[in-house]
Parts: sequence; C-alpha cells; structure tokens
Amino acid sequence: MNDDTCLALYARRRRFNRLAMTLSCGATLAGMVALVWILATLFARGAAGVSLDVFTQMTPPPGSSGGLLNAMFGSLVQTLIATLIGTPVGILAGTYMAEYGRNTKLTSVVRFINDVLLSAPSIVVGLFVYEIMVQPMHHFSAWAGCVALSILVLPVVVRTTEDMLLLVPDSLREAASALGAPRWMVIQQVCYRAARAGLITGILLAIARVSGETAPLLFTSLNNQFWSTDMNAPMANLPVVIFQFALSPYEDWQQLAWTGALLITLTVLMLNIFARTLARPRSSH
Amino acid sequence: MDRRESTTMQNRPNVELMKAELAEPLAEALKEKVSIRNLDFFYGDYRALKSISLPLYDRKVTAFIGPSGCGKSTLLRILNRMYDLYPGQRAAGEVLLDGRNIIDAKTDVNLLRAQIGMVFQKPTPFPMSIYDNIAFGIRLYEKISKADMNDRVEDALKRTALWDEVKDKLHASGLGLSGGQQQRLCIARSIAVRPQVLLLDEPTSALDPISTAKIEELIYQLKADYTIAIVTHNMQQAARAADFSAFMYLGELVEFGTTDQLFTRPRESRTEDYITGRFG
Repeated sequence: MNDDTCLALYARRRRFNRLAMTLSCGATLAGMVALVWILATLFARGAAGVSLDVFTQMTPPPGSSGGLLNAMFGSLVQTLIATLIGTPVGILAGTYMAEYGRNTKLTSVVRFINDVLLSAPSIVVGLFVYEIMVQPMHHFSAWAGCVALSILVLPVVVRTTEDMLLLVPDSLREAASALGAPRWMVIQQVCYRAARAGLITGILLAIARVSGETAPLLFTSLNNQFWSTDMNAPMANLPVVIFQFALSPYEDWQQLAWTGALLITLTVLMLNIFARTLARPRSSH
Repeated sequence: MDRRESTTMQNRPNVELMKAELAEPLAEALKEKVSIRNLDFFYGDYRALKSISLPLYDRKVTAFIGPSGCGKSTLLRILNRMYDLYPGQRAAGEVLLDGRNIIDAKTDVNLLRAQIGMVFQKPTPFPMSIYDNIAFGIRLYEKISKADMNDRVEDALKRTALWDEVKDKLHASGLGLSGGQQQRLCIARSIAVRPQVLLLDEPTSALDPISTAKIEELIYQLKADYTIAIVTHNMQQAARAADFSAFMYLGELVEFGTTDQLFTRPRESRTEDYITGRFG
C-alpha cells in the first residue's frame, strides 16, 4: 500500500470518528438538558410550597390551606405492603430460575412472561386488579392498590434476583456443597449472601418504580380527601393527588401538586442513588 | 521423603509386594482408604474416564498428573460426587470408601461430602467473616457450644498456619485476605469438619511461589491425619509432596506407583515422555 492511500484512509477515519463523537455527545447533552430542565422546574415550583403544613395537614378542599399528610401516609403504606407481597414471591421465583431450574423449559417460559410483565403498561395492571378486586367488592380499596402495585414490583424483583444469583460463581456453590451443605443451605447462606447487594438493589429499584405509579392506583385505591387507615376503604396517595390537583383550576391545589411531585422525585432519586452505592462492588484488598 | 525404596509395580499395585519392599514405617501404614475399581465417567455421551483402577492409601498423598483434559480433575470430582450437581454427568464402576461404594445412588451425598473435603483451584472464601467461613461447615453437622466452636476455629487456623495472621481480625470478611491466605482459609475450612479424605484440585496453581511453599508444607503435615489426593500440573510439586503418583492420559490411567519409582524409573514410555517434557 502506498502512503497516499494510507493517509486518505486515516483522514477518513478521523472525520468519521469526529462525526460519531459529535453525535453521541449531542445525544447525551439532549438527555441531560431534559433531566436538568425537569428537575430545575420541579425545584423552582415545588420548593416554594414546602412548609411544615405539607407534612402535618390533610389534603384541603379548594380554596383553603392544607398539606399532603394523608397522601404521603397512603403512598408509604401501599408501597410498603406491595413490596412485602411482591418481594418474597419475586425472590423465590428468581431463586427457582437461577438455582433449581436453570436450564429447564419452565424457566425460559417464566422468564419470557416475566419480561412481558416487566414492560406491560401499568394501566393494564390497574384495570386487571379493578376487574378481580374492585368489581367483586363493589368499592375501591387500599388493598386493591397494594395488589396492583405488588404486581408491578414482582417482575423487577424476579429479574434482578435471577440476574444477581447467576452472577454468583459456581465455584462458590461447589465449595459450599463440598463441605456437605444441602442445596437449600448453599443458596440461603452462601448465594444470597454473595448476591445480597444486588438483591437489595433490585428491591429498591422496584420500590422506586412503583412509588410514582398513578395509573394502577386510579382504578384501585382511588383517593381519599381525609385521613384514613382503613385498608378496605379508598386511600389517598401522592401520585393520584398530584394528578387531580395538577389538573384542577385552583392555584393552591396546583401548588400542592408541584410540592408533591418534588417530594416523590426526591424520594425516587434518593432510592436510586442508594441502590447505586449498594450495587457498586466493594473494593477488596 | 527419602525413606522410599525402589519397587516394581503392576498397574494394580501389589500391596503385599510393596509391604515387603518398602521400609518398615511406611509399609506398616499402607491401608487402602479409597479403592477405585473399573471406574468410567461420562459427560453426556462422552466417555471421559476409561476403566480407572487405583488405590488411595490411608494417610498418604497421592498425586494425579497428566496433560490438560486427561481426566485427573474429573477423577477427583468423582470422589466426593461433585458431578452430582450437574445433570448429564454420570459415573459407573466402584469407588469404595472403607469398603462402601460411594457411587451407589443410595449414598447420601451431603454426608459423604462432609467426610471427604475438597479444595479448589481458585480460592473460594464465602462472603462472610473469617470465623464464619470455618464455623459454617462445622455447624452443618454438629451442635457445639460457643467455646468449643472457638477452639475448633482456632485449631483449624493454627493447623493451616493462618492463626497468627488473622487472629486479630477473625470477624473481618474472608474476602479481604490475600490469595494465599484465602486458599489456606479454604483448607482450614475443609479440615475443620474433620473429614477422612482431602481432595486438592490444583490448590496452588493460582498462587505465588511463597504461598505455594506454605501450602506444600501444610500438605506434608496434614497427611499425618488425612488421606490426600492432589491434582497438579506442576511435576516438581508432585515429586515434592506426593508419596504415590498416578499418570493419566486421555482418560486412561497409564501408570501408578510410588512417586519415586514413577519419576525415576517409569515403566511406560508415555510416562517418561511426559515427565521429561516431551509432550503435554
């Protein structure tokens, strides 16, 4: 090959490299700008409404002052119960797939269905629970909300549990088995321990995912203007309150919606950051 | 190690003949702890071991040597039925531990593995404290007091010469130790459950020369109490550490004898070619 072709090739590659770099940097920038814009608007609009009242008062009727206490409580309770229902089932299913039925047909079928559920629109889940719980019971209830959210928790936990357990090297399983440990003990005491950070991360991400869900709650727990701890009755929750207040013409409601949105965003952001620090591999030296 | 006398051996060694020819202290101890008889092994349809017959003598070190893929690790993993973890792997023949066939389907593999310890090529500390790494195996089959447990852990760590290095950080993670320390921790963990046989699968291939020397020294001391089988790629190691050696090639046992005989007067030309570095 002569020098001229070589140089021409080199120049072309440099031009192509510059183009690819510009495009990918531009795409990154676009994503960042959108995120920063959203966060900035949220902070600007939401922070103005943050006061002690938000955390101590109930959602008000239009025209009077109030807070978001009942909605925050409702969100907390329903997310918590949904996590308590979805997590054990998800971890056990993930354990089956990674440990017991690794190469079986059942596992590939479950994995496929789980992936479908993972990307299913949450409003479909809301409608489903409406059909199986709200309709037969003839009223909206916090229990229905919990079930709807737990169905959204489930696939996230199943997926991360399977992935994280598959990352545990077989040599560790062999080493525990070689001491005479039965299978369930190898899983419980060695595999879970080795995958612990990843398993917790999965649960946190699942919580982060459902804590902002509105659609499934619209059909299930709906909303409640008052303080309620009755799981058989409709229960307030932040996403639905935000949805209703933001669409209303009243300025104080709109302000509360902004504040609620800020609170949810901060919670999810914090959960994500926490999950990230957990997932970071600890340096061993 | 220099007590060994010359001996001529058949493929199936004649124990009586050996007793006569070996020096008294060695001969007295020669008892078959494990007897492998006509052992075949299959990965699916592939026959990886072909009719292997071999003894492991009580409180002696037996080395399995041979080129990669010859079946020596496979053979080792049959002795504690490690292959049971994987569907499609199957052994046929007899492996007698004190006269009892462990290949038999009725054998409880977990109890068997508590009797036959294994240490792997890569150190595999559990993600828990140094103390718990050792207590884990003991707790599986024994209920003992906290004080007894402390003694057992200390004893295991002392026997592997690890105690002085870790006694102040017993509750720190086992993952924080160096590679050589981790491997000694794994050996400590195996002997803490008081097995009768210890299987070592290339235990030093991932370690530096100093850690390797420590582990070889350890093997020498451990054979006072355990029957040891070691797979190694390092022929100097086999020559240094083992009383008996088995040379395997393409799934067959080519030659078995005392290490001295196998390395200085191999009967088979294939053995000689391998140990002199002409192939493998």
